Amino acid sequence: MATMPDLKYTFDHRKQRAKLWNQIAGYLFISPWLVGFFGFTLIPILASLYFSFTRYDLFSAPKFTGLSNFAQMLADPVFWKSMSVTFYYALVSVPLRLIFALIVAMLFHRKAKFLRFYQTVYYLPSVVGGSIAVAVMWRRLFMADGALNAALGFLGIHTTTSWIGNPRTAIWTLIILAVWQFGSSMLIFLAGLKQIPDSYYEAAEIDGANGRQKFFKITIPHLTSVILFNLVMQLINGFTVFTQAYVVSGGTGDPMNSTLVYALYVYKKAFEYNQMGYGSAMAWVMVVIIGLLTALIFKSSAFWVYYETKEESR
Amino acid sequence: MRKKELKRLKGIVYHLFVIALGFVMLYPILWMVASSFKPNAEIFGTASLIPKTIKLDNYVNGWKGVGGVPFVVFFRNSFFYVILATIGTVFSSAIVAYGFARNQFIGRRFWFVCMLLTMMLPYQVVMIPQFIIFFKLGWVNSFKPLIIPMYTGQPFFIFLMMQFIRGLPIELDESAKIDGCNRWQIFTRIIFPLITPALITSTIFQFYWKWDDFIGPLLFLNSPKLYTVSLALRMFSDPMTSTDWGAIFAMGTLSLLPILFVFLIFQKHLVAGISTAGIKG
Repeated sequence: MATMPDLKYTFDHRKQRAKLWNQIAGYLFISPWLVGFFGFTLIPILASLYFSFTRYDLFSAPKFTGLSNFAQMLADPVFWKSMSVTFYYALVSVPLRLIFALIVAMLFHRKAKFLRFYQTVYYLPSVVGGSIAVAVMWRRLFMADGALNAALGFLGIHTTTSWIGNPRTAIWTLIILAVWQFGSSMLIFLAGLKQIPDSYYEAAEIDGANGRQKFFKITIPHLTSVILFNLVMQLINGFTVFTQAYVVSGGTGDPMNSTLVYALYVYKKAFEYNQMGYGSAMAWVMVVIIGLLTALIFKSSAFWVYYETKEESR
Repeated sequence: MRKKELKRLKGIVYHLFVIALGFVMLYPILWMVASSFKPNAEIFGTASLIPKTIKLDNYVNGWKGVGGVPFVVFFRNSFFYVILATIGTVFSSAIVAYGFARNQFIGRRFWFVCMLLTMMLPYQVVMIPQFIIFFKLGWVNSFKPLIIPMYTGQPFFIFLMMQFIRGLPIELDESAKIDGCNRWQIFTRIIFPLITPALITSTIFQFYWKWDDFIGPLLFLNSPKLYTVSLALRMFSDPMTSTDWGAIFAMGTLSLLPILFVFLIFQKHLVAGISTAGIKG
């Protein structure tokens, strides 16, 4: 009789220990990420928030200056220039790339020979497009004696414009470089198109719908959730573009700051002028803008993203 | 009969159009490869893809390198960095993914949301303090700041692998537990082998992203003998120092070979990965 409570006691004890071990094991497995989160993300974020209220040149201690970095930003014409360049770049290149990707995806959504081969060819620019080799070559392609003007001359349009050197066209070389890498979006759209049941189109045809109606009433609504996800992710990437602008403009953002995207200006301020405080403040403004923009897109999505389940319950 | 002919004609027009547009797509890449075989004087002012004479001079000149460092050093640095960073990313991400997907613990949801939020965070906001931290640690001008953070798991890949683990039946874990496996053994013997497709997709993407990585090496590597291929190409093409475009294109072409090689081998995995995960562009 005396052994029973003891047994129960050890059993409960073991159960409790197992519960505790559950907790510890979970934390042990995610511990690599926790270390990285605190060490390389959270502490740096808080530090950058603090630096944004200071004047800091890396070699002497940061000096608290209140909101002066933000006030300086409002009065800095280059800040506004880089802001407008970035908005222009992101708001033009991202929709253009998505539209182009959708057109090509529809071109490939059929039964034809060599489709796999074609897809590979069209995807290749996305494979190599992020490389420095391509960015370096891009600069050369759009110079006055580059291949673009030679090709235009071949078509009978003779020009000696340096597309890279002209402040009006320079940003477009970056936009074209971004749109050119439409491959991933194309594959995602293609996967989305394949999920739309053929019966929908057949039913629409019986009802006498034309091609345009089928596109806007069936194809687009079914792709809206895919479009939403890609729009958000690509806009974030678009707003933070750095490498291509840095390499194509030779690290300057020239001509006349026309390719000085926001991230490039942050980099120059922080690491070329050693204004770590101003750079941090700029980075925080970027976080706020991206946050607002993402929230705006998600809020607006209620009006234009189509969810199949919602439609059925009506 | 006429309808059939019209259909054939439509097919031909379709293929011609797709091929023509495809040629335009590939043209910049082909132009770079073709130019790498041309003498400098022949590169400019022409859109032609066919060199008059094929010369390997550009490759010889380019291979001599820049700033007194031969190009082979840049390739060695790139492979060193990319391979160590990729291994670290894939293994640590898999462990963390298992932790989130198959373990119940207090705060799990909270940490998971934190992780998702960091995916939306622009790099610029952590770039400056990270640089300061690594500067104070004396890690700048070494590969440490580029490689060590990769061993703490990367949210994007953790998320990808979690989705995969969630698709595996939980009975697998339970029967392994009955057979006497502890958690670590369940992970190494059951889960890890079963998520191989996700591991391959992650490896390919991280290999690409790290091979192309520019801002990391730009921030943390100062001496040319530590430069990666990306950084060396950029220095090579600096308008201040040199204008040997033939050599730049030759080395640029070489720098694309590992990427293309991986692409051609793993094409299927890549397409599947993009289509299912909706990976960024």
